[in-house]
Amino acid sequence: MLHTVNKSPFEKNSLETCLRLSKSGSKILLIEDGVYGALKNGEMASAVNQCRKDREIYALGPDLRARGIEYDELIQGIAVVDYPGFVQLAAESSGVQSWM
Amino acid sequence: MKFAVVVNEGPYTHQASDSAYHFTRAALEAGHEVMRVFFYHDGVNNGTRLTTPPRDDRHIVDRWSELADQYELDLVLCVAAAQRRGIVDAGEQKRNRKDTNNIAPGFRISGLGQLIEAGIQSDRLIAFGD
Amino acid sequence: MNENASRSGAMTKKILYINRRAPHGSGYAQEGLDVALIGAAFEQDVAMAFIDDGVFQLKKGQDTQEIGSRNFSATYRALGDYDVHRVYVERESMTRRGLDEDDLMSLVYADEEDDWQEKPLIRIVGAKEMRDIIDDHAVIFNF
Repeated sequence: MLHTVNKSPFEKNSLETCLRLSKSGSKILLIEDGVYGALKNGEMASAVNQCRKDREIYALGPDLRARGIEYDELIQGIAVVDYPGFVQLAAESSGVQSWM
Repeated sequence: MKFAVVVNEGPYTHQASDSAYHFTRAALEAGHEVMRVFFYHDGVNNGTRLTTPPRDDRHIVDRWSELADQYELDLVLCVAAAQRRGIVDAGEQKRNRKDTNNIAPGFRISGLGQLIEAGIQSDRLIAFGD
Repeated sequence: MNENASRSGAMTKKILYINRRAPHGSGYAQEGLDVALIGAAFEQDVAMAFIDDGVFQLKKGQDTQEIGSRNFSATYRALGDYDVHRVYVERESMTRRGLDEDDLMSLVYADEEDDWQEKPLIRIVGAKEMRDIIDDHAVIFNF
């Protein structure tokens, strides 16, 4: 299953709920304001890092660049994909759960 | 892969319509099918032809109309949501006795059944919203 | 498997409606319910999940008269009649919000496989079970 999260974890609990309710083996893609959840110096870094043990985390490149987030600001191990990669993640998954 | 895309928010206030557009375009360019883009809640506001965004900004409505034209995309506005928010085609204008209609090219108004059908018939349903 | 052959022989899919927002402060709860009701006509294998503030949609005793909006909360009672036989409510979402089972509406459905006996529709589940439920559905609508 591919989970997308589009809200900042500092605004809304969508990322927190996604981390709680995404099964082991899932892929999680942060898009739009959700990319703020990938900041290594943010409060969510530890929770997101924990989740990397059994899930893969991605962030959408165009949304990172729009927000001035450089790759070295990201939690280590988060992969960056662009829209073609987003499409591929969705195509390869069993389904998509859009957390908004 | 056959995708269905859902857009739950209107243009400019939320990034949803932009993200949905970029995803849809990328899917089509990769050779996938996008069987329908369904607009619900405030998403129906993407279907009015009366917007005049600033010239140096993207024209969200026209962009959808052009993509629909290029790829024969089915852009559907939910009738109940459209009625609540005043997005009207010629049929709705007549049915509800309005003095005009405002639907943008490439869009059509139809029932929620089209959303369910999109979920059933597609391989992947993906939603963009708030 | 996410697809089954229905009794009529047509392919059915497992469809999940996830509700995460409180009622009345926004239109998502009501418009989400509309989708679930219309979906009944399609004879799919349908479930609803209430997570985060969505659990407030099922709180009993809602009276919208003074805010002037439609009190659609009574419509949840019709879910059983509209082929929604699985309604999951997340326990943690309820606990965090100080709700327990007694605070929720009593929703029932008639089980045609058990002599049309009336059974409770709401199942309160923990996070682990909810993870499995979400992962088990290929088609998920979010409201």
